[in-house]
Amino acid sequence: MLKNRIIPCLDVKNGRVVKGINFVDLKDAGDPVEQAKIYSDGGADEICFLDITASNENRDIIYDVVKKTSKKCFVPLTVGGGVRTIDDISKLLNCGADKVSINTAAVQNPNVVKTSSKKFGSQCIVVAIDAKKVGNKWEIFTHGGRNKTDINALDHAKQMEDYGAGELLVTSMDKDGTQTGFDIDLTSKISSIVNIPIIASGGVGNLQHLADGIKLGKASAVLAASIFHYGKFSIKEAKEYLSKQNIPIRA
Amino acid sequence: MNVTIVDYNSGNISSVINSFKEVAKDKVNIEVTSDINKIKSSDKVVLPGQGSFKSCVEALKNIYGLTDTLNEFAITNKKPLLGICVGLQMFADVGYEETETKGLGWISGKVSKIDNQNGKFKLPHIGWNQINIVKESKIFQNIENNSHMYFVHSYEFIPKDTSVISATTDYSSNIVCSVEKQNIFGTQFHPEKSDKIGLKIISNFIDL
Repeated sequence: MLKNRIIPCLDVKNGRVVKGINFVDLKDAGDPVEQAKIYSDGGADEICFLDITASNENRDIIYDVVKKTSKKCFVPLTVGGGVRTIDDISKLLNCGADKVSINTAAVQNPNVVKTSSKKFGSQCIVVAIDAKKVGNKWEIFTHGGRNKTDINALDHAKQMEDYGAGELLVTSMDKDGTQTGFDIDLTSKISSIVNIPIIASGGVGNLQHLADGIKLGKASAVLAASIFHYGKFSIKEAKEYLSKQNIPIRA
Repeated sequence: MNVTIVDYNSGNISSVINSFKEVAKDKVNIEVTSDINKIKSSDKVVLPGQGSFKSCVEALKNIYGLTDTLNEFAITNKKPLLGICVGLQMFADVGYEETETKGLGWISGKVSKIDNQNGKFKLPHIGWNQINIVKESKIFQNIENNSHMYFVHSYEFIPKDTSVISATTDYSSNIVCSVEKQNIFGTQFHPEKSDKIGLKIISNFIDL
């Protein structure tokens, strides 16, 4: 039986791990390679790096981080943040990323998803959707949540599936950093309209939130940062917790 | 000993290279190449594959003499070869991803889309799933039955002769996830991404 995945996410800026609260107010918290290794040794089903490096001159640092990590971690490694072009994707994959997550570029130029999934295979193309509730619908935001697009998140999700995305990483901008749980409504709606796996993200504050993302949000995988990062819970504790609720988990 | 990972522009093979190098340490030389002379002289060959069946077969054909060299290596000389993911799928006679495409024809059978029971099962089949070992395979030495492996695929290999099947996994139906036919081995899952247990499979192959 296919297991639900727990994915710790490391926000990386200038080659160092940070965690944003609502995408601002960053705290420095260590070396991404070491952190990733701790997670994979601890049973993480996958590791995610989100590169939030702002300046262009420091953008290449992430390649080195990915290269070092992929030599130490033998579980899937997903890298996102600032991925714009086929060339960016190709570089990350060559450095040892297994999947690349595309966000802003997938909105501005959806063809990049089509072309890249054809070229590299759907299995390595994850489309990240940052959505915020506006009135009674969800809207896509880009550039790390700064720019409004007026695009309906559900329509975008469907289009990305049609364009060949292998997975969707759905982040609720309203919930991210709040530690009050995933936006279950958003996650379950998207999961019900597409036939590709959904990774729920944004808002995890306790282990029940992870369980809710899978059971109620219909997510195949759950992504969290701070609950693991600051040692509140270990991956092992999370897995034990989910197992007790009869959620299929890789022991 | 030389183990060659065939680099034929089949998509991302960095993880395959990293994992084989990790297991080989200094004992075994890991070569990554599409050079047919190097492949001919190597002791073992790894055939990775990502993307579609069609694109992988085309990429193989684009390298002059490569298909013949692999045929000679695996079929005529019967040297050990491990196919991973689409690398395994290409053993088939035919694949139906994108369009009907002829495979290598090493293990008779076809590659078709996983029946997801009208959307009941999401595709691709991504994540960790357990393998059910149905026959002893050299690459499964010291691998416990029901071990978890990492999968990512939407198509499955259906061999005509079921005796080649060494393991299956349960996703909407029993999917063939490992085959062994004499010197030819294949895994639908990714041992290179399957943590320590996956590295053990790689080590078993290197130690053959």
